[in-house]
Amino acid sequence: MSSREEGVSRRQLLVGSAGVLGVAAGAAGGYAAGPASRRDAGAGVGPAPAALDAPVAFHGEHQAGIVTPAQDRLHFVALDVISKDRAELARMLERWTNAAERMILGAEAAPGGLVGGGPHKVPQDTGEAYGLPASGLTITIGFGPSLFDDRFGLANRKPVALQKLPAFRGDRLEAHRSGGDLCIQACANDPQVAVHAVRNLVRLGFGVVSVRWSQLGFGRTSSTSTSQTTPRNLFGFKDGTSNVKAEEPDALAEHVWVQPQDEAGAGAWMTGGSYLVARRIRMQIEVWDRTNLLEQEQVFGRGKQEGEPLGETKEFDRLDLDRTGPDGKPLIPTTAHVRLAHESQLGGIRILRRGYNFTDGTDGVGHLDAGLFFIAFMRDPRRQFVPMQRALAAKDALNEYIVHTGSALFACPPGTEPGQPWGRALFA
Amino acid sequence: MSLSIVRRMPRLLVVLTTAAALAGCSSGADTDAAPSSGDVVVKTDDATCELSAATAPAGTVTYRVTNAGSKVTEFYVYAEGDRVVGEAANIKPGGSRDLKVELASPGTFTVACKPGMVGDGIRHEFTVTGATSTGNADEKVTRAIAAYREFVGGQSDELVARTTEFVVAIKAGDVARAKSLYPQARLPWEMIEPVAESFGDLDPRIDGREDVVDEGMAFTGYHRLEKDLWVTGLQPDSTKIADQLLADVSDIAAKAQTVEPDALSIANGAKALLDEVATGKITGEEERYSHTDLWDFKGNLQGSQAALETLRPVVTPRDAALQQALDAKFAELNMLLDSHRSGGAYVSYTRLTDADVKKLTVALDALAEEVAKVPGVVAG
Repeated sequence: MSSREEGVSRRQLLVGSAGVLGVAAGAAGGYAAGPASRRDAGAGVGPAPAALDAPVAFHGEHQAGIVTPAQDRLHFVALDVISKDRAELARMLERWTNAAERMILGAEAAPGGLVGGGPHKVPQDTGEAYGLPASGLTITIGFGPSLFDDRFGLANRKPVALQKLPAFRGDRLEAHRSGGDLCIQACANDPQVAVHAVRNLVRLGFGVVSVRWSQLGFGRTSSTSTSQTTPRNLFGFKDGTSNVKAEEPDALAEHVWVQPQDEAGAGAWMTGGSYLVARRIRMQIEVWDRTNLLEQEQVFGRGKQEGEPLGETKEFDRLDLDRTGPDGKPLIPTTAHVRLAHESQLGGIRILRRGYNFTDGTDGVGHLDAGLFFIAFMRDPRRQFVPMQRALAAKDALNEYIVHTGSALFACPPGTEPGQPWGRALFA
Repeated sequence: MSLSIVRRMPRLLVVLTTAAALAGCSSGADTDAAPSSGDVVVKTDDATCELSAATAPAGTVTYRVTNAGSKVTEFYVYAEGDRVVGEAANIKPGGSRDLKVELASPGTFTVACKPGMVGDGIRHEFTVTGATSTGNADEKVTRAIAAYREFVGGQSDELVARTTEFVVAIKAGDVARAKSLYPQARLPWEMIEPVAESFGDLDPRIDGREDVVDEGMAFTGYHRLEKDLWVTGLQPDSTKIADQLLADVSDIAAKAQTVEPDALSIANGAKALLDEVATGKITGEEERYSHTDLWDFKGNLQGSQAALETLRPVVTPRDAALQQALDAKFAELNMLLDSHRSGGAYVSYTRLTDADVKKLTVALDALAEEVAKVPGVVAG
């Protein structure tokens, strides 16, 4: 790269090049281009790094918001179903789908939603995103294990992989930050757009669902496409360098998308879907900040500036876990986060991480209530997240500085075609 | 909220075809009927929106919209201020759709094609000519208003009667009896609160709270006596406060009988009562000394329900599904609220757990979303 690189803005880095922009515009246009081309331009098929304010295709084989290049902002909400009527729940999902199809384009949640109802009607759209661009909004929904109890006759449709996560060593989970019958993950490059999306869907759900907990995230902590740089978490480190990326179709099939053979019976509707694990990980920020650099780097197993594996020079250099220093000890300590989370230590397990930094103000004793809202997508949490988290909970040096305060698991169904509501295969 | 008379909008009935009624979620319910001569043919693509006519006589106007563009489009007919008179959403590339709109009054409208569904769209003026098609004065609305006035009259009488009993107990120094009468005297008040609130300074004198009394005004009324009864004990001026309360309540009750509401103000009042619950009662703020908030909750809820009951004959033919939803959600919230009764009385707010409050809030949200739709329906 030439010296012009110095003038490259953050936006340009994320966008890539003008050539990529052109491709993205084509993909977005696919929404309106009829069924034949829509399949090719589907949300889950290709990474489409686009301008930060461009729309992301809604329809496709997989839901958007999974391999979509991670946007900067998140509003995540978990909901409980309060209605006892299965048909009412299905109708709400239809209303959600209709509103989502519009909002991802930057349109109001309903036609004429801002003022179209006239002076005496309540506006159908809340209005705070009116005039803002689509901002890469994606809306991804999922179903929690509790939805498959005896309330809605869905017990016989429960996927085998959708088992409540076990307790992990060191967990300090709070009930009001955990679980839920449904979830909505709204990601966008403008926080107002993400919040607007959730607010309007929640409103469409009054009487059917109530919000159990929610989480705002203000900065992505993962890159899900090779077009993106690896961002830093609130500890100041690059983490998740070897994330599963959108450009790896074989890895996505192996690690992220539910395959037909996975759920032959009750959960066959999950084929093409993915499981979402959410963990609210509070960081002991103040303690970490007074920890010396050597300790910090040893905890992660990476350099702080470059993000290189210890003993290497560049972020994407091969992680050589066998290298030892002059003292004969491994350069990357046996308790380092990067070692324990590496696929070579986990029998080849990988996941697609899509987490966000969060700050929920202060905790009442003057410390930041901040951390990582971990989100990861995977094909089978029993074989991926559970063993991975068991290994980390047992040995990770990072545990001294973090505590898991919230936990949830959701089955995100496959994508939809135009005219199909979310969850149609489940409620059919 | 006040019950001041709100100018009614001329009614513009919108008759959508089945396909357009499925706005936003429709499958390809495209038209294949032959156009009739009075129809307005609309040809649109990504950049243009051409109409075969820019004017039509008052009455039903049919727009036959064809999308030759590459983007999904929408077609709107707007009255002043971008109020949607009719819309056909989700018209796919190559698709077409009929939109029937009842434009009963002459005037200038705006039509818009909106390729890509965002922005202002491609707009044209559309003029409706001729005379207003006369509608019959709505008998049902007239009867609804009469029924609501009757309800307000009955509750006003009840308010005076119960407050009299309460004041008698205060003046007799019978604290126990006054305490038991207090929430019951307030029940009719809470049922007709939107009416009462429309009478300027009477409302703060009767129902003002200690922290929201205006500068220069004394803390008087129900809540002053509430504080005396539950916190400080009866004061030397409690008798005077009680007399004043009864005089004010009698005054407002007489005035309430003269209110001339319209259907829209009745509907807005029903919604305002639920807003009262959401902002004052469910939070335990209104009755901070006696914690009898659930009585007020019941009063607001009953008042809202009674007001909408008078509008039932108006709402049902216009939106039967809404009336059904109202009935179901009122029943649910009443049942939930009444689960907090014990021995004929509502339990103290302090006995509610966080989970109880959340359940009540969730049920109230569900009801209020439906109630908020009623003004739009009765305004037409």
